[in-house]
Formats: sequence, C-alpha cells, structure tokens
Amino acid sequence: MSNNFSFAVEAHDLVKVFPRGKVRALDGVSFHVEEGTILGLLGPNGAGKTTAVRILSTILGPDSGHASILGHDVVKEAETVRRIIGLAGQYAAVDENLTGRENIRMVGRLSHMSWKASGARATELLESFGLSDAGDRVLRTYSGGMRRRLDLAAALVARPPVLFLDEPTTGLDPQSRQDLWGVIENLVAGGTTVLLTTQYLEEADRLARNIVVVDHGRVIAEGTPATLKANLGTSVVSITLRDNDMARRAALLVSSLSAKEPIVDHNIVELTVEDGPKVGAEVLRTLDAAEVPIGGLALREPSLDDVFLSLTGHKSEAETEAERAARLGRAKGAKHRGDDPSDAGGRDAA
Amino acid sequence: MTAVVAPTIGAPISSGHRLRWMFADIFTITWRNLLALTRMPGAMFFSILQPIMFVLLFAYVFGGAIHIPHLRYIDFLIPGIFVQTVSFGSTSTAVGLCEDLQKGLIERFRALPMARSAVLAGRTTADLTRSVFVVALMTGVGYAVGFRIGTNVGLFLCGCLLVLLYCYALAWSFAGVGLSAPNAETAQVMVFPIIFPFTFASSAFVQVASMPGWLQAFAKNQPVTQVVNAARSLMVGGSVHDTRAVWLALAWTIGLLVVFIPLTVRKYRRVS
Repeated sequence: MSNNFSFAVEAHDLVKVFPRGKVRALDGVSFHVEEGTILGLLGPNGAGKTTAVRILSTILGPDSGHASILGHDVVKEAETVRRIIGLAGQYAAVDENLTGRENIRMVGRLSHMSWKASGARATELLESFGLSDAGDRVLRTYSGGMRRRLDLAAALVARPPVLFLDEPTTGLDPQSRQDLWGVIENLVAGGTTVLLTTQYLEEADRLARNIVVVDHGRVIAEGTPATLKANLGTSVVSITLRDNDMARRAALLVSSLSAKEPIVDHNIVELTVEDGPKVGAEVLRTLDAAEVPIGGLALREPSLDDVFLSLTGHKSEAETEAERAARLGRAKGAKHRGDDPSDAGGRDAA
Repeated sequence: MTAVVAPTIGAPISSGHRLRWMFADIFTITWRNLLALTRMPGAMFFSILQPIMFVLLFAYVFGGAIHIPHLRYIDFLIPGIFVQTVSFGSTSTAVGLCEDLQKGLIERFRALPMARSAVLAGRTTADLTRSVFVVALMTGVGYAVGFRIGTNVGLFLCGCLLVLLYCYALAWSFAGVGLSAPNAETAQVMVFPIIFPFTFASSAFVQVASMPGWLQAFAKNQPVTQVVNAARSLMVGGSVHDTRAVWLALAWTIGLLVVFIPLTVRKYRRVS
C-alpha cells in the first residue's frame, strides 16, 4: 500500500471535549510535523498537550477533526498507526514488578517481535541507555531518571519511525534531563520523527525545529524557536532592587532602554531586550548615575513564562513559585551544556 | 518520503495471523502477570496462608458445632473451601487491573499493536493459573486435616476443573469492577461486599437447610451454592451426590462468562 503524505504527523482541527467538567481540552488544534524533525508542543499544564498526544497515538478518539501518522488515519487505520508509533510519557508506564529487560521484552513481544529478537533488542537498548547493569533489577529499585530512560527504551523497541514523547523530562534532575536530550537528538539524527510536549521553552528551544504553543486547547503561536524568540526579544535583563518603591523608580529610569514595557514584580524589574549584555551595561550606568543602589543584575534567556506573558498577556497558570525557582535553577545549569559530558553512555538508541 | 517506513506496515493482516498474535499477546500478558506475582513473595505467602487459616478455623473451631448427616464435616468443608478460596482470590483480578490502569500501563498497551482483548484475557488467565496452584495446595492441606476423596480421582479432578472454570468466570466479572474503581484500594473494598454474602450465605460451610427461610430462598438459588454442591458431588459423592447441581453449576458458570466477558470488554474499551 503506498501512502502519499506531506508530513509525518498531521493534526487537523482536533476537538476534544471531556464531558466531566465540560472541559474543551482541544478546541480546534492543527499542526504538522515534518518527517525526521522534532516538533515541540509547548504549553502549561492543562493546555491540551497530553490530549493531543493521546489522540495521535490512537488511545483517544477526537470529537471532530482528523489526524494521520505517515498518511494513516489515527481513527480509521488505528491498528496500522500503532505499528509505526512509539509512546513514552511523563508517567513512565512501566511495570514496577518486572526487571528493565523484562519490561522492554514485554513491549517487544506485544509489538509482535519474536521472543529472541525482542531479547536481543532489549540487550541493545539497555546498553545504549546506560542501563546494562540495572537491566536485571526489578524496576522498583530504579531512580526517576532511570525509569524515564527505560520507558523511552521500551517505546523504541520496535524501532518506530514516529515517536511521541509526552513531557519526557518533567520532574527530572538536570543531569538526567541532559542525558535524555542527547538520546532524543541521536534518534532524530537517525531519521525518527518526534513530537515532544514540554512545559519548558528551554527544552523545545534545544531540541525542536518547530514549536507550537498551545493554551486552553488552542494554538496561540507557532514557528521556529528563532522566530518565536525574535518576537519576544532574545534575553531578559533582571534587576534586583532594595525594595518595591526603588523597583518602581528604577523601572521608570530604564524603560527607555527596551521597546517593551519593563515588568515590575515586587523588588525585581525585568526588561526583555535584543542585546542583553549591552542593555545590562546601560542599566548599570543609568541607575548608577541616578544613584539607585542595585542588589543584583542577571541576564537570562526568555522563559516559557515570558512567552506566555507576551503571547497571552497572562502568566502560565501552572507555574508556581517553586516551579519557577526550580526552572530558573535549571536554566543556570544548562548554560554550561556546551562542556557538559552529557553523553556519558555514548547513547545511540536509534 | 516513505523511505523510513518498513514495507510491511500498510499490508493487511490475514485473520489466521491475527488469531495467532492474539494468543501470543494473551500469553505475553499472562507471563507478565505471573512474573509480577513471583516478585511479591510476601503477598503470595499471605494469600496462601489465608485459605489455610480458613480450613483450620472451620475444621477445628466451628466444625464441632456443625452437624452434617451421614458425612464427616471435613469432607463437607473442603469442596466449599475450594470455592471460597478461588472467590476471594479473584479480588486480585480487580485490584491488579485497577493498578495497571492507574500506573498508565493500560495506556501504553492501548498504543501498541496488540489485541485489545489480551489485557483482560491475560490478566484472567494469570489469575486462573494461580488458582490452579492454590487448588492443588488446598488439596494437600485438606488431606493433612483428614479430607478424603469419596468418589475417584477422575471425578475429583472434574470437580477441580469446575471450580476453576467458576473462578475464571468470577475473574472476568471482577475485572469489570477493577476497571470501574477509582483506585486499587477502592477496588479491593468494592469486591468484598459482593463476594462475602455470596460465599457465606451458601452451602459452602453449612447446610442451607439450617438457615432461616428467607435466606434459604437466596442461598439455594445463587451460583456459589450450585458450584459448591456440584464440587461436593464430584469430589465426595455418596450422600451429597447431586447430578442436577453439576449441570446447574455449569449453566451458572457459562452464563456468567457469556454475560460478563462482553460487559467487561465494553467497559475496557470505554475507560480512558
């Protein structure tokens, strides 16, 4: 059967309403993924990302709209679709009572590989995911990062050409996150098409060729990471002042340095700008001249929150203070990723 | 553009092929569930200990107060214990399925090209396999406390088969409960109020004739009594020989399977 398709994954006008609570989880969502690339589906909790993945992976039927994987309709040709997709998620759907090897083997057998082939594939995957030593241990003894890697390994057992990763790194420590990113990049280098959902702009930025931003079940922006950030400014200058009054005074003084209004949050003033270092220096000069004492000055890349603020005018509801702190901490760690030996296992999962 | 796609992907699958894979899928899920069972030796130990305690409780504590005409109480008791044990054991079907649902495993299964029915069939088959071991063990325990086969080994084994078939029907019924429960703990407590009256208001431990009239009406006409009477007839015979009960028990069991397999499968398709 020859199948002509323009995109590896196509979602057209997907609508899904959950009767309980009458939530419009998806309210007419369309996007597509080019073959051999990563699309980042970006949005806060409850934006509809997981619902979209569940529809595309045939777990859930859409109320209206249609979607296809490599030209196969996810509703009419669900069985064919299941043979060409892999699914790994934030909940790491693995059997705690089985060993890593047994888990991979089970998925292999259920993907209709022979007993022998699935065993060989399990050994191969455990090796490339750095889980060889843990392969014969029961999953209860695995760390969160190990579980997530095993979940991904199990999704890859039948070498699916299209892979869905639902928040693969949510809740992982920076090192595990780096490791998984390496694995995903290798997969795509091997020709796999990936749809990745994430709450982290940083993650989408690092991995995805294209990004679709969803909020309340609707697509609110899409484009390459570069275009999205171009609309936003490339960096954020964050100035910490002694108190709220001082922050308001500083905001007035520096407002001319950015095309966008400065954002004042308690004693912190944030400027979204094109050239962070240059503006940072200007800020220091301006505030020094006005004799406004500065508690701290930091440059960072725009966060998901900045994207949201800019796109929707509201902050992403999901992000709590704790999450924000965690994310900012992570962003700092990621700055050094150039010299990070993240590919410790020489991962080659494709 | 289709270069990465394996050539077989769009090809239609023959029905023979499909059937073969369905059995392979059921086997895989059964294997997985049995394997998981061996990883919980504590749970296994206590699930075996419980029926043994029931034997000892009824044989030595209550048994003296229960008089069965023309029959030693231990011979009356053991077939009843078999049915009670497999009934209580089928709670694990509900609990196990509910756990798989909660942990996202069923979600993963749904995105795999496996037979839809294999998740349920594999679970019930694993529970049936466990019951085979439990029945064998309980036969040994029965012998240790003085139970003797009154008919012959062939009929005794037919009795065991009937009890196991009933166990399989129960597993399918409780699988539906497991799929409806919000969590495993609730599944556990949802099953007991169903099992308890059926098991104890039956002929499993006492004669139905000793119950008040209104209760007799229920006890005489419910499946546990029929299955217990049938097992007793096949295993002990003599004064409790009852061919009609064997047919009624078979009818109940097949009836339960015919009703609950489609209901549970439908429930499985709907849960999300």
